[in-house]
Amino acid sequence: MSAQGLPGAAPTIDQDGPATSRIGVGRRLAGLMRWEVLLLGILVALILVGTSLSKVFLSGANFANLTSAIGEVAIMALPMTLIIITGEIDLSVESMAGLAGAVLGWLWAAGVPLQIGIPMVLCVGIMGGLLNGLLVSRAALPSLVVTLGTLALFRGLANVVLGPRAISDFPSWFTGFGFGNVPGTSIPWTLAVFAVLAIVFVAVTHRTWLGRWVFATGKNKDASRYSGIRVDRVKLVLFAISGLIAALAGVLLAARFSSARADNGTGLTLTVVTIVVLGGVDINGGKGTIIGVILAAAVLAVLQSALRLSGISSEYQGVAVGLLLIVSVIAPQIARQTRTLLVRAAMGRHSPAGPNAPGEVVGR
Amino acid sequence: MAVDVRAGQARGGVVGQVLGTIGRSRELTLVALMIVLALAVTTQAPQFLSESNLTQVTTLAAIIAIASVGEALVIITKNVDLSVESMVGLVAFVVADILRQHMLPMPAAWVAGALIGLALGMVNGTIIGFFRVPSIVATLGTLSIFRGLVFFIAGGKQMDLADLPPGYSDPASQTVLGIPMFVIVGFVVVVIVATVMRYTRFGRRTYAVGSNVEAATILGVRSRLHVFAALSICGLLAGVAGVLWGMEFGTIYATSASGISLQIIAGAVVGGVSIAGGTGTVVGAALGALFLALVNNALLVLLLPQELLQAVYGLVILVAVSADAVIQRRQQRRATREYSL
Repeated sequence: MSAQGLPGAAPTIDQDGPATSRIGVGRRLAGLMRWEVLLLGILVALILVGTSLSKVFLSGANFANLTSAIGEVAIMALPMTLIIITGEIDLSVESMAGLAGAVLGWLWAAGVPLQIGIPMVLCVGIMGGLLNGLLVSRAALPSLVVTLGTLALFRGLANVVLGPRAISDFPSWFTGFGFGNVPGTSIPWTLAVFAVLAIVFVAVTHRTWLGRWVFATGKNKDASRYSGIRVDRVKLVLFAISGLIAALAGVLLAARFSSARADNGTGLTLTVVTIVVLGGVDINGGKGTIIGVILAAAVLAVLQSALRLSGISSEYQGVAVGLLLIVSVIAPQIARQTRTLLVRAAMGRHSPAGPNAPGEVVGR
Repeated sequence: MAVDVRAGQARGGVVGQVLGTIGRSRELTLVALMIVLALAVTTQAPQFLSESNLTQVTTLAAIIAIASVGEALVIITKNVDLSVESMVGLVAFVVADILRQHMLPMPAAWVAGALIGLALGMVNGTIIGFFRVPSIVATLGTLSIFRGLVFFIAGGKQMDLADLPPGYSDPASQTVLGIPMFVIVGFVVVVIVATVMRYTRFGRRTYAVGSNVEAATILGVRSRLHVFAALSICGLLAGVAGVLWGMEFGTIYATSASGISLQIIAGAVVGGVSIAGGTGTVVGAALGALFLALVNNALLVLLLPQELLQAVYGLVILVAVSADAVIQRRQQRRATREYSL
């Protein structure tokens, strides 16, 4: 594994163990880089379109607006990326965010100061994540179903804790986290939190053995286990982190809405998964970059802002996001199929087998 | 039920043996659980078994069960369809809109609704079966796209029962020999799909695709076509559920049926359809949906706080999937033991 982690190599190179790379490293690197470059292109294009739509598009106020609207989702997308790379999924994040907000509101209403309440809520997040992680790793249950269950369970607990109440008498320093900027700058707090987390996630995922364990787990669980990677532990820790970050997102949501309600965050999981997949992460695991996901979050934020400025209501924005999601998966597929056809046409019938042909590995 | 009786007659009706038989079959487990649940709830709240309550529960459960049957087909092929709720909502709204504008007579509008569902399902099937987009991603996309279509068609309006032709929602309250009409529709759907899945080549091949797609393809099964078919049928059944949904609720909003995908998938999973593909029955899925509806109703009748409902749903899903794993592991262990003897 270490051979590819050489300091000079581009960050994307870490995503594949050498054992599994069947295509030349250079070509693969080129293929992967292209997705991020494409996203960057889309982002620039969208910003240009947005600027032509409205003068306020590039204004500081709109920037604050579009970043804070996607902030919590983008934060939750970071651990989701790693979970999806290991071949699992966590559908429960939106409910954990809701539960965290509900518990925070309940504690605040009961007279617990926020300085104590917030750490407690983050612990709730870790415990919820550990529940998911234990069921997935130790009990070997499918994460799709487990987190579908906890999606309902956490939301239900939020309802039980807070009922139909809305707690909204939070102190202004707290709600400032949701609205305000970092003092002395025009950077919203949510964006600052996201930036810090993003740097940590990029570094850990693409620069450390921990990240390589994650990729290896997603590529081939059994091979990883035999080579000494504690696959179960990797998954357990990732789910715990996902719970923790979802709880943090819940706290930020409560601050931005200046209200804690049991239904905070409903429906966000879809956007989180959309960002991750749009970022080029393979839903079947083993492939993806944090950079891609960050770019995808930016694309989505700019797209939503552009649609809003051109007067398209949020209901229709879902169509754009959904189409973008599907096209982003189909387009490379069609490109690859066309390429294969062209190669076959050029080489006659003795064409190389497709990239997924299982026999190839054995043959070498 | 028949198996239950046979096990009892076989060797002196040992309780353990009966329980073993019930435990091994998810369908029988659910039936047993529902009987126990019904008895337990009735002792606390006798109105649970009243005719009006049972009619209400089973009518709503039938709609969800029909959608769960379609979802079960998709899950059996090792895919998942998250867009069912949007298809149900879209069809319910469009059928009502057709009737409001008197474009088609009522039965024709129903058929149109089912066909719209089929068309939407074929869109999913094409994206997943032929373009090989992972089903979670594809249906996550169509979940928002189909919902966006409803908003587009609705344009801020809603369908009120008063705008619709008289008799539109009558089938929801009609009964035949005391059995609600929707339950009969649901029963017919379950019987047809269960028969196809169990006794036809198509059904067996669909299971084959779900348990090992490479092996099935090597043996000559056209896997992609089966995935396409499963998603198309799921759309068709979502369309049927949508037609019924509209009649049941009368007033239809652009957001109608939002969030019911959870119940629909949970019904299939609780009914023993494994997300890993290749196992489970549509009868189980339908019973799973009915079981969840009964749990829901039990909370209501017992005057327990409705806030508990989602938490209970979550627990039921977790217990069901854990039970699956335990049973599977025990069977594997037994199989290994038998081979080694």
